[in-house]
Amino acid sequence: MTPATPAIRLTGLTKTFGAVRAVDDLDLDIAAGEFFSMLGPSGSGKTTVLRLIAGFELPTSGTVSLLGQDVTTRAPFDRDVNTVFQDYALFPHMSVLDNVSYGLRVRGMGKREREERARAALDAVALGGFGDRKPSQLSGGQRQRVALARATVVQPKVLLLDEPLGALDLKLREQMQVELKELQRSLGITFIFVTHDQEEALTLSDRIAVFNNGRIEQLGTPAEIYEAPASPFVASFVGTSNIFDETESREMLKLPGTNSIRPEKVTLHPPASTPAGGTISLEGTIAEVIYLGTSTRLLLELAGGKRLTVLEQNASSRSTGDRRAARVDARFAASDIVQLAAPA
Amino acid sequence: MPRAVVPRPRETTARKLSVFLSKHARVRLALLLSAPLFWLGLVYIAALAALLVTALWTVDSFTGKISQTWTLDNIVTVLSGSLYQAVTLRTVGVALLVTLIDVLVALPIAFYMAKVASPRAQRLLVIAVLMPLWASYLVKAYAWRSVLSQGGIFEWLVKPFGGESPGYGLPATIITLSYLWLPYVILPIYAGLERVPNSLLEASSDLGAKTGRTLRSIMLPMLWPAIIAGSIFSFSLSLGDYITVNIVGGANQLLGNLVFTNVGAANNLPLAAAIALIPIAIMIVYLTAARRTGALDNL
Repeated sequence: MTPATPAIRLTGLTKTFGAVRAVDDLDLDIAAGEFFSMLGPSGSGKTTVLRLIAGFELPTSGTVSLLGQDVTTRAPFDRDVNTVFQDYALFPHMSVLDNVSYGLRVRGMGKREREERARAALDAVALGGFGDRKPSQLSGGQRQRVALARATVVQPKVLLLDEPLGALDLKLREQMQVELKELQRSLGITFIFVTHDQEEALTLSDRIAVFNNGRIEQLGTPAEIYEAPASPFVASFVGTSNIFDETESREMLKLPGTNSIRPEKVTLHPPASTPAGGTISLEGTIAEVIYLGTSTRLLLELAGGKRLTVLEQNASSRSTGDRRAARVDARFAASDIVQLAAPA
Repeated sequence: MPRAVVPRPRETTARKLSVFLSKHARVRLALLLSAPLFWLGLVYIAALAALLVTALWTVDSFTGKISQTWTLDNIVTVLSGSLYQAVTLRTVGVALLVTLIDVLVALPIAFYMAKVASPRAQRLLVIAVLMPLWASYLVKAYAWRSVLSQGGIFEWLVKPFGGESPGYGLPATIITLSYLWLPYVILPIYAGLERVPNSLLEASSDLGAKTGRTLRSIMLPMLWPAIIAGSIFSFSLSLGDYITVNIVGGANQLLGNLVFTNVGAANNLPLAAAIALIPIAIMIVYLTAARRTGALDNL
């Protein structure tokens, strides 16, 4: 095995359910030690890809390779990958310790050693004293940690995580995000993380694949995905974008094709002032002001009836007077505009 | 913009009553439960008490009338008589075998219904399992009598392989009872399987367990209460049956037959009552054991 061998290689992977192509001719390499996220709306095929890697589904065509070995037709118990399930899938009739040591038990490890390792794994997720409890006696966040401990104690090469934070409340989710990242660094194994939460994907990942209709719309680092979305779908799914279609681009931006500008790149100015060079200035009226705490979102109605979203940082406590119906100029640097599609 | 006025609800008597009931939770509860509780007390508890009391009376052998003198004679007869001991053992044996056969047949069927079949096939299978319950018990028992008869379908089926019909007797009784109670065993196990999420089976496999291991360590422990719940049906129904054994059992007698003869031909209601206490006692033991497994939470 050379260092360049990818942890997971998918080639021509296709999965159909009846007439639906859930995964459509997918090629993807995931490097060893990478924190890789598959991001997309529900039904985009990301979970199916995960289940194909785990072996819960067999592909209609194409192959799955694990560290250079073809595992396409191998049963789940015969693959060196482990899964953290969306609903955690803890065995309700077993204690937490038995849950965590189950993988070691089926491998034939002696009782003393496997319980020792399971305890260490529980300690690692800060659940040292909870071994004797039943899963039903734990909170959602604690179950999540048990599921993590159970999947990692068997030392998989690749850990698959299927929306593991979806059921947790915001504070706990942010805390678990940090812990996941730390866990991945300390274990040094590949994490494949499925989520529909773009913020989560941006925060955690080394690379992100944005899924839509069973295909990857864009593959790249979080910054690439956010700063240079490759299609209108990515631009609107990851973060918020003001998208100008071909006609609007031609008339307002004097640019060909479909273009977009992020709300935080737009600044508001009094109508009389002169714009600096290289900026585009659009005249509009403030239609709605939404206070978000750290920032304020404004909805502008432009001259042609198009609506523009603007995000202002609340750096200083500026005047909070009602700004609705005020006439302003929305300005942004031409270099911040991202072309999403070439002219048709 | 003028708004249309929404009229207030009218103060009818029914409305006043509703307001009263919604404020007085205890009155509401009493009205709701008094009738069914009265019925349960009368039909269920009183009938059982009457059975117990009757078992402690005796029959005047000259007039054939029940004399209400208290005696433990019937209980002693039933407990010490070799006939009653033999029949009790036979009945329990039949009930246990029927239960075992039903559970073994029901498990794969229920598994297929809950985890393998498409939703459409699943609905059809549920109907197929329930369908025999629409037919009369007697018709089904007589159907088996004809199936198991000499020259019947069973013999015709097994003859090419050198087999022969078991004829009428205990094996025929066990076969027929197994058939009769099978739906009652399939349904709770099916319901229990439906409650085992697929992700648990996947998680087990994901952690390295082969299919057999998953069945033993995950499926069976989680399904155990449902199996017990199903077995309560087949066991208790077999324990009290006397018609099937009359139709396909040849000369064999089960506890139910003894009760029936003593109520009818022998005209000894107190003794019949004493015999009827045996299956009740056995069921109490069985249910107590079942309760320990948590199976009764699954009914």
